[in-house]
Amino acid sequence: MNTSLLILLICVITALAYVMGRTRAQRYRNSGNPADHPHSLPRYYGYMVALWAGLPALLVFCLWTMFQQKVLTGIVAASLPAEFHALPSGQQDLVINDIKNIAIGNMSQSAADSIRADAAARYKSLIELAVWLKAGLALLVGMVGLLWGLRSVFPAKRARVFVERAIMFFLIACSSLAILTTLGIVLSVLFESMRFFGKVPFTEFAFGLHWSPQTPIRADQVGSSGSFGAVPIFAGTLLISAIAMTVAIPFGLMSAIYLAEYASKSVRAWVKPLLEILAGIPTVVYGFFAALTIAPLLRGVGESIGLSVASESALAAGLVMGIMIIPFVSSLSDDVITAVPQAMRDGSLGLGATKSETIKKVVIPAALPGIVGGVLLAVSRAIGETMIVVMAAGLAANLTINPLEAVTTVTVQIVTLLTGDQAFDSPKTLAAFALGLMLFITTLILNIIALRTVRKYREAYE
Amino acid sequence: MNLEQDQAEQTIDEIVASLGDTVGETRVENPKMSATGVDVFYADKQAIYGVDLDIANNEVIAMIGPSGCGKSTLLRCLNRMNDTIPICRVTGELTLDGEDIYNKDTDPVLLRARVGMVFQKPNPFPKSIYENVAYGPRLHGLSRNKADLDDIVVTSLRKAGIYNEVKDRLDAPGTGLSGGQQQRLCIARTIACSPEVILMDEPCSALDPIATAKIEELIDELRENYAIAIVTHSMQQAARVSQRTAYFHLGKLVEVGDTDTIFTNPSHELTENYITGRFG
Repeated sequence: MNTSLLILLICVITALAYVMGRTRAQRYRNSGNPADHPHSLPRYYGYMVALWAGLPALLVFCLWTMFQQKVLTGIVAASLPAEFHALPSGQQDLVINDIKNIAIGNMSQSAADSIRADAAARYKSLIELAVWLKAGLALLVGMVGLLWGLRSVFPAKRARVFVERAIMFFLIACSSLAILTTLGIVLSVLFESMRFFGKVPFTEFAFGLHWSPQTPIRADQVGSSGSFGAVPIFAGTLLISAIAMTVAIPFGLMSAIYLAEYASKSVRAWVKPLLEILAGIPTVVYGFFAALTIAPLLRGVGESIGLSVASESALAAGLVMGIMIIPFVSSLSDDVITAVPQAMRDGSLGLGATKSETIKKVVIPAALPGIVGGVLLAVSRAIGETMIVVMAAGLAANLTINPLEAVTTVTVQIVTLLTGDQAFDSPKTLAAFALGLMLFITTLILNIIALRTVRKYREAYE
Repeated sequence: MNLEQDQAEQTIDEIVASLGDTVGETRVENPKMSATGVDVFYADKQAIYGVDLDIANNEVIAMIGPSGCGKSTLLRCLNRMNDTIPICRVTGELTLDGEDIYNKDTDPVLLRARVGMVFQKPNPFPKSIYENVAYGPRLHGLSRNKADLDDIVVTSLRKAGIYNEVKDRLDAPGTGLSGGQQQRLCIARTIACSPEVILMDEPCSALDPIATAKIEELIDELRENYAIAIVTHSMQQAARVSQRTAYFHLGKLVEVGDTDTIFTNPSHELTENYITGRFG
């Protein structure tokens, strides 16, 4: 019995449960006896029975599917001779892999020795047995659930309350999925970072001024000392983000104010989508725009006024990144500015304020929390941006605040560290996790600071 | 389809025409503001038909009438708040101290400082009580220094009869006050600009009876210094606070006269129907 058929059968049982539950409740309802009048509408009893029938069966199905592999492998491994258990764990995995491949048919049996072939045969028969057991158990649980659900269809049963609560738990489960995923990512990054800090002291990483992650692969290799001072790349990240925000905040906010307060309906209907197209351009396109157009332009202008501009500069990357995130700032700000009640504007205009005074003194302060929210989103976008920086700002980890020099950012370094050819437990690759962790902490702190500032200065209307 | 619409419009125009000329004396001696033959259009739809009306100094004039009769629209013409609605068009003559306020040379911003407005729903700014009142004087540079500004704020709050309730918490947000207090704060905010005329658009419609009574008392006191026009749906309120009353119907000024006369002995049938509650 294959998986899709099993799921189909579970669905059929669920549908059957719904119909049976509803019919039984309907019978109580039609009986005309006031004492037998059910608490909820018949369809709620249907939903309740369906939940009882469908959910446990699906749960059995999911759990079984999750653990089947592990349990079967354990059983097969236990039946292997003692020599196998004497092998180191890496080689044990290889043997198990062979067995599985033979069982599936990816590897010809003739190539294998008799022990492996026997084990593969055992594994194969176990899998077949497991599939039937799984189907049988799931369907059995479904039927039992159906009967149990039907038993609880009686007039005093509050089926509507039951269903509402089930919906609430479903929603909770959905929202905790995102939280749990975040938690999982943070923990995995945290543990890998701990391994890194076991090899490189934290103080060197956090306060070191030199970043050169090339560690030697062979002992006799020269020129690869490996030093992991993260200050230059964090400085580079902040520099580029700052340049980008200097472009994006004023331009984004001003265009939002124009769109929300001054533009006529028809202009707005055209300009807003056009502006949002900016957000749809792939970052790699922005990247070569920055590298091939803006960077040479800056270099030319710089030379003509006697400044030396590197061919890959923080300024070029920052400017283009700023243009890229204008729509984030403008679109969100536009929404919150439009949401400020007209009564606020009327009040200010009625006191003899001009339009721009009204915007400056009443509308913007009232919309500030939302505007800061948009800016925050833009900042995190700027910090996380990789492609433009790779192409326009380079890979050199210079510690500088001069925007005309090449710098690099955290995300770019993570990419270069992980695309190398080193073992996955070398300090070089592990450094990527430490950088990720630091980046996460930095953005978290930025968010907290911003939220607190907003709460302090917000001018809530209503 | 078009034909039907034309017919419908014609019938409205016919009804308006059948209302005839305004009954009662529209003019006063030394009017503060004066409207002559004012028509207002929202896009193609006419909202006000040829209104003549004077607003006198030291007097409250109440504008009453069923919903959609154009009384709020006329009020908003008096300080050009209708300018903020792009599709709104005003023709005819409106004067303040004899000067046409729709003249090209008139600055609507300065006009609104002279003709203040209090709105239907209390709309204090999301700022402190002090900042709410200081907003206008700051805009118009009415104070030379901080002490001056403090003085204006305190005087305005006193005049609006709310000073004693808020004197200990001038830094608290204006939005934290109760509805009635918020509306008096908005009146204080308007007074702080030292206007000559105060327009009130149903200032008590969102308030409870006790807060309403306080505002009405306040309006009566303010009459000594300002010309006041108030739009209201409450006929008792019109009778209590106003000296003259104007009754509007379908965008026409039907009848205007002394409040006592209008409420005891109306001349026009529609006015009588409205104030006796037969419709509206």
